[in-house]
Amino acid sequence: MSNEAVLHAHSDVATHDAHGDHSHEHHHHETFITKYVFSQDHKMIAKQFLITGMVWAVLGGLMSVLFRLQLGYPDATFPWLESILGKWAKGGHITPEAYYALVTTHGTVLVFFVLTAGLSGTFANFLIPLQIGARDMASPFMNMLSYWFFFAASIVMLSSMFVETGPFSGGWTAYPPLSALGDASPGSKTGMDLWIVSMALFVVSSLLGGLNYIATVLNMRTKGMSMTRLPLTIWALFFTAVLGVLSFPVLLSGFILLIFDRNFGTSFYLSDIFVNGVGALPNEGGSAILFQHLFWFLGHPEVYIILLPAMGMVSEILSVNSRKPIFGYMAMVGSLFAIAILAFLVWAHHMFVTGLNPFLGSVFVLLTLLIAVPSAIKVFNWLTTLWRGNIRFTPGMLFAIGFVSLFISGGLTGIWLGNSALDIHLHDSYFVVAHFHIVMGVASMFGMFAGIYHWFPKMYGRYMNNTLAYMHFWITIAGAYLIFWPMHYQGLAGMPRRYYDFSIWESFKQFQDLNRFISLVAMIVFAAQFFFLFNFFYSIFKGRKLTNLNPWEANTLEWTTPIHPGHGNWVGEIPEVHRWAYDYGKDGKDFIQQTTPVGADESHH
Amino acid sequence: MTMLLTIAVIVLVFVVIFQIAKASEYVSLLKGEEASRQQNNKINGFLMVAFLVLGLIGVWYCNEVLFDKTLLAQESASVEGERVDSMLWLTLAVTGVVFIGTQIVLFWFAYKYQEDKNRKVYFFSHSNTLEAIWTIIPAIALTVLVVIGLRNWFLFTGEPPKSAMVVEITGKQFGWIFRYPGKDGAFGKKYYKNIDPASNTLGLLWDDKLGQDDLVTEQTMYVVKGKPVKLIIGSRDVIHDVGLTHFRLKMDAVPGIPTTIWFTPKFTTAEMKEKTGNPNFQYEISCDQMCGNGHYSMKGVVEVVSQEDYDLWIAKQSPYYFAAFPEKDPAAKSSAAGDSSKTAKPAESKTVAKM
Repeated sequence: MSNEAVLHAHSDVATHDAHGDHSHEHHHHETFITKYVFSQDHKMIAKQFLITGMVWAVLGGLMSVLFRLQLGYPDATFPWLESILGKWAKGGHITPEAYYALVTTHGTVLVFFVLTAGLSGTFANFLIPLQIGARDMASPFMNMLSYWFFFAASIVMLSSMFVETGPFSGGWTAYPPLSALGDASPGSKTGMDLWIVSMALFVVSSLLGGLNYIATVLNMRTKGMSMTRLPLTIWALFFTAVLGVLSFPVLLSGFILLIFDRNFGTSFYLSDIFVNGVGALPNEGGSAILFQHLFWFLGHPEVYIILLPAMGMVSEILSVNSRKPIFGYMAMVGSLFAIAILAFLVWAHHMFVTGLNPFLGSVFVLLTLLIAVPSAIKVFNWLTTLWRGNIRFTPGMLFAIGFVSLFISGGLTGIWLGNSALDIHLHDSYFVVAHFHIVMGVASMFGMFAGIYHWFPKMYGRYMNNTLAYMHFWITIAGAYLIFWPMHYQGLAGMPRRYYDFSIWESFKQFQDLNRFISLVAMIVFAAQFFFLFNFFYSIFKGRKLTNLNPWEANTLEWTTPIHPGHGNWVGEIPEVHRWAYDYGKDGKDFIQQTTPVGADESHH
Repeated sequence: MTMLLTIAVIVLVFVVIFQIAKASEYVSLLKGEEASRQQNNKINGFLMVAFLVLGLIGVWYCNEVLFDKTLLAQESASVEGERVDSMLWLTLAVTGVVFIGTQIVLFWFAYKYQEDKNRKVYFFSHSNTLEAIWTIIPAIALTVLVVIGLRNWFLFTGEPPKSAMVVEITGKQFGWIFRYPGKDGAFGKKYYKNIDPASNTLGLLWDDKLGQDDLVTEQTMYVVKGKPVKLIIGSRDVIHDVGLTHFRLKMDAVPGIPTTIWFTPKFTTAEMKEKTGNPNFQYEISCDQMCGNGHYSMKGVVEVVSQEDYDLWIAKQSPYYFAAFPEKDPAAKSSAAGDSSKTAKPAESKTVAKM
């Protein structure tokens, strides 16, 4: 009954439950502000995360279109660019400063604001209480703060676009000394201050959210919902939150040292530096590599913070739409656990060529390639889930299948890059760009799309339009491969990342046509996302209405709530759970919801 | 104007598509949920196979078009790089087989097991045997790759042969400075606070006798074919990276922390010009670590020459010491003789600020 007790402090739902027959909405008057702005309802907070994430996805995507314009058409001028970007595109040509600022902001925004806040912020908030059978998060107030810290981080990041010296432009990894020295790069002046402030706010948001998710999953499961009956989405979101809580503080500590180096004359990261035009700096004895350790101690778990929620949702959606149990539930949980543990033990594989002790490097090679084992288990289990199923191609299902395809493609190149003796050749080339965009960027976006299409009816009580969704899927998956597949070849030619222009390089300039092609596809794929955006916002207001509590005929608890669940989710008592979430096709029955008691004649699995 | 027109056309197309999508939703409502789901299943099931087939053709075509533009088509230019290449091919073979196999299975299953009213799904929740198989096989394959990888890794990062020549390479925004130990075979000491962009780009301590014969050049590094060369890598300002893609290796340049890497060039630059059929061929040093707004232009060149040519070249160089103190140069003519690059005066030749 801890659910009720916690919620009691914030609303009168619990007392109504005691009476049973009232719907609490009669009495629970909410103003516009408490319902839509400073809401403490996990479902509304989820929507706030989602829509803020979508705004950032559009901005971040647009940035990539702009810098792809430079890469695809380095000699062309676009006068309209000057009208948008002003001095950053003098004469209709993006300047190197602007190019690097765009690349940096694209990376930061997509990694943190879209694929962390937008993805796990949305679905952890939305699904955890609904799928474990809780009325809300352990602390709805902290949950609200989590969103508003994210919002504040967003505003600060956005404001950094408008400072005179430009936004931070040293890459999303923000390696010092470049990020510490305004004299080495104009973006490292005010832009970097704002970037750090924004990221610090973001870390606070992540921690508030993560602690809440963990507390909720551990303490607020409904009667009968043992840990091994949890849907895989919840397991994935749980491990994600654990990763975040343990690794974000390390990132923050790295940033704090960076703030000291930038502003208070310390030398944590700085040593032996002579800046052109300024002269020798007094700092001695620091280690630039220290920051990389602190950064990647978050940075690598961050990759899994992004990927695990997508994996969890994909597992759920694949099973529901194959009308078949997920194959190897315990192995799926085990592999999530293994990935979560290993995520903390592989960070230095980003640093093989920093002069890292070769023995240390070899340990990280071993641990890195170990991750391929749980990943392989997951892939084969997904494939087996499809085998002899009865597949319904809902839009969510298509994106889930797309996720598996992309995860395979991008995961396999991880085996190349995780092996230091190959990384020494391929490091920081376009091969890396291809690898992480496919496996982390696009795959996780697919997981996010799958989740949105699948749970949209629960969020808004309406359906999204299928035709638009199908077009969105097929254009996006084809486009994603057309953009990133050829980049492997650029990487195998040694073409370095983060180059503004390749024309002076005898070794890399042979790809001009290919770059133009990639840029063109990138623009088309970006445009195709409007099918989704339009569909999403249109369907909120005008989509076909849900008439059925359980549109996908799924087993999990969220589909036992009313079509428009109020704050508190269930009218009356929270249902009791009697079985795991994956009894599809059992004993000839299409699906058996978790709330159905186990029959006397039921077979064991 | 064309801009507006393009936008108008895009919006129009979008509206048309939206209307069609809306109409198809009404049609499906009329047909009933079951019927429209079956139709959608058929279409998407077909597209799954079509995507698989077109995708695999695309993979082949992409390889056809791009293979020759990559280094896969070129032999490694260093002895050690051959190991990178052989490892790369092995990894490609392993991951390639898995890639093609799993993608075929994925899209084929999606097509094959699309909804069919008559099919009874197979309630298959787990199988320890299967799961053991796909834990153990990847584990074995990866162990093989790790063992090969680590053997190579320790070779690349280990000590070079005794016969190796040594060159120091220092990155700065945005170029490279090279230092050779001179006749005594040893580098003199340096301290970054002594750096003077005009006459002492590395901050050498002139009192140190060992440094008085050191040679300092910019832009182009000369190394000898067939002779191992060890690079001592450093940076003057931010982190850079010595990217030697033809030799299949790279290593970061970190201020304050020297790093090293070594390799044995196999072909002279002239030979590579012939091999690649490109008269402009250069062994380029690309900066592979984001280092500021000029990152993309931070280019150096490695000139691989025969031992004779190297000896000729080195004989023409005069120690950097004499560039700083022309009056001490026994050759007394002009310190600007020889390689012009060593007295390079880039834009940085402002006076050093007193800190």
